[in-house]
Amino acid sequence: MTHATELGQARPTGPGRGLSMAGTVLPLAGLGLLALVPLGAPGLQLLVNLALAKGLAVAGVSVLLRAGQVSFGHALYFAVAAYAGAFLMTALPGADLALVLLAGLLGAIVAGVCVGLFVVRYRGIFFGMLNLAFSMIFWSFLEKFYHITGGADGIRLPRPTVLGMTLDRASFELVLFYLTLVLVLSLGWATIRWLASPAGQIFQTLKTNETRLEYLGVSPRRALLWGYLVSAALCGIGGALMGVTQGVVTPEYAWWIRSGEMVFIAVLGGAGSVRGAFVGALIYELVRTYASAYAGDVWQMLLGAFLLVIILFAPRGVIGMIETLAHRGEGRK
Amino acid sequence: MTPTLFLLALFDGIAYAALVFIVALGLTLIFGVMRILNIAHGSLYAIGAYATVSLSGWALALGLAPILAFPLMLVSAVLVGLLLGGPIEWLLLRRIYDKPEVLQLLVTFAVFMILEDVQRLVWGTRPYFEATALQVLGNVTVLGVTYTVYQLILLPAVAAALLLGMRFFLRHTIIGKLILATTEDREAAQSIGIDADKVFLFTFIVGAALAGLGGALASPTTSILPGMGADMIVLSFAVVATAGLGQIEGAALTALMIGLGRSFAVYVWPEAATLVPYAIMVAVLSVRPQGLFGSPSARKI
Repeated sequence: MTHATELGQARPTGPGRGLSMAGTVLPLAGLGLLALVPLGAPGLQLLVNLALAKGLAVAGVSVLLRAGQVSFGHALYFAVAAYAGAFLMTALPGADLALVLLAGLLGAIVAGVCVGLFVVRYRGIFFGMLNLAFSMIFWSFLEKFYHITGGADGIRLPRPTVLGMTLDRASFELVLFYLTLVLVLSLGWATIRWLASPAGQIFQTLKTNETRLEYLGVSPRRALLWGYLVSAALCGIGGALMGVTQGVVTPEYAWWIRSGEMVFIAVLGGAGSVRGAFVGALIYELVRTYASAYAGDVWQMLLGAFLLVIILFAPRGVIGMIETLAHRGEGRK
Repeated sequence: MTPTLFLLALFDGIAYAALVFIVALGLTLIFGVMRILNIAHGSLYAIGAYATVSLSGWALALGLAPILAFPLMLVSAVLVGLLLGGPIEWLLLRRIYDKPEVLQLLVTFAVFMILEDVQRLVWGTRPYFEATALQVLGNVTVLGVTYTVYQLILLPAVAAALLLGMRFFLRHTIIGKLILATTEDREAAQSIGIDADKVFLFTFIVGAALAGLGGALASPTTSILPGMGADMIVLSFAVVATAGLGQIEGAALTALMIGLGRSFAVYVWPEAATLVPYAIMVAVLSVRPQGLFGSPSARKI
């Protein structure tokens, strides 16, 4: 296997290359198409909304893959944010949607700082497993401390107001859908820009050679902590959106299967690719919705088998295939 | 806390620590030799438990003596090692020894996902109880506290035997020395004619069988249900990481620490019982990132 095809080694799509087919035009066209979903295929609206919320969380996992680290516990931030939103709605009934999302983001960042300060001391196996341990801790807290968290039943998250207006269900869902699209576009873009920025480049150097970073006088731990916070924040926004969309948050949000799913989608979409995270999440949710009726019992088995196939035979994931096709197309012109 | 409760917590903790140690021993052995953290280890543990329940249920239905439950545990463990461990190493892990650590983790995680569903397909989602082995051995009264012989004597005895046996095996037998040589330097070992592939395969089968044995021994003491594998992999990782990855004797001590910590928490603050193992791990790792007995790894430039 050559270096260019290694997992997490996305092709350089820096600003210097101008408007590339795969990097800019396709994602914008895709988002444009998605914007038509409530008009053209209203049946898919909720599905796409949930998929994109999950995609934001997956983008967070992808960011860490860029530094060569995999976290098996990022559902923690997903759940922390969703519960933060739910607690806020319980304390302040009729709070604004923006406030719920802010509470989620804040919760995820605070949790990210607490856990991050500890886990950035580790790499590889320890990094992955310690994240898993923290998410299991939070999960059992959610399950066991019934009087605070509602136990396995979770907490209901009533519909928040939007800019002071109380909306009915249909219009609220529509607002949420377009808000999610806007967030995907803006946060996705911001994340790509951050990865291309000096701070993001330093962060990615953790994957190739950390010791050289130290020689440059840069603290690898601090670099990893920043990346970790970016990823926690993305997961948090995704989780808060998910909670508001579903109207209920349960301990299942923090369960390791969720984390595993995020890692799976990140690798499926294209390890380390922010765009791939969203493509992967959409494909995953569509397939799951239609396949789980037939393969509900073996769903995880299929995921696992597919994960093995991607890792062993197509390490750059779906986005890698798209890019290869697009580059071939450009070359022919 | 009354003296009776204290003794109960102590015995619970020892029994629990013995089980966790057996599973963690397999995990740390595989890591020590192959440098791979096998996340599917938890599934192998669960499958060992399920297999034991099925086999002993079948034996009882045939009218065989209940004492047969013990050899059947060994049979389940060996089956798990040979039928699951062997193919996993041979078909999958062998391809990824030279790949980045993250990829290796993802591969064993994928195997974990697959095996979790295999369990549900084969054994369904309803919990199983099969306490024949526990009843056969009866109870013993120590200082006024009645406890099962199985948990108080058999489990710790097996754990101690495995610890000493593993020490002896690695240091004083030819195969053990081959394993240690391969661990020390794979290339040098190969250059003097050691078949490293075989050593890895053998190690993985033994490690997987230990996970299966842990599950088999745990089966009479707990209800067997989906999700037990996920709990166990995180817990045994906590034990192994607290000791330092690859440290066998250290794992015995940390298993005892974590087992006792957890069982005392059950009596003092039950809601937090599941958190105690992780609290211990985090506390230890904050002070000694390489674990209690691990040595800091050399930096590569």
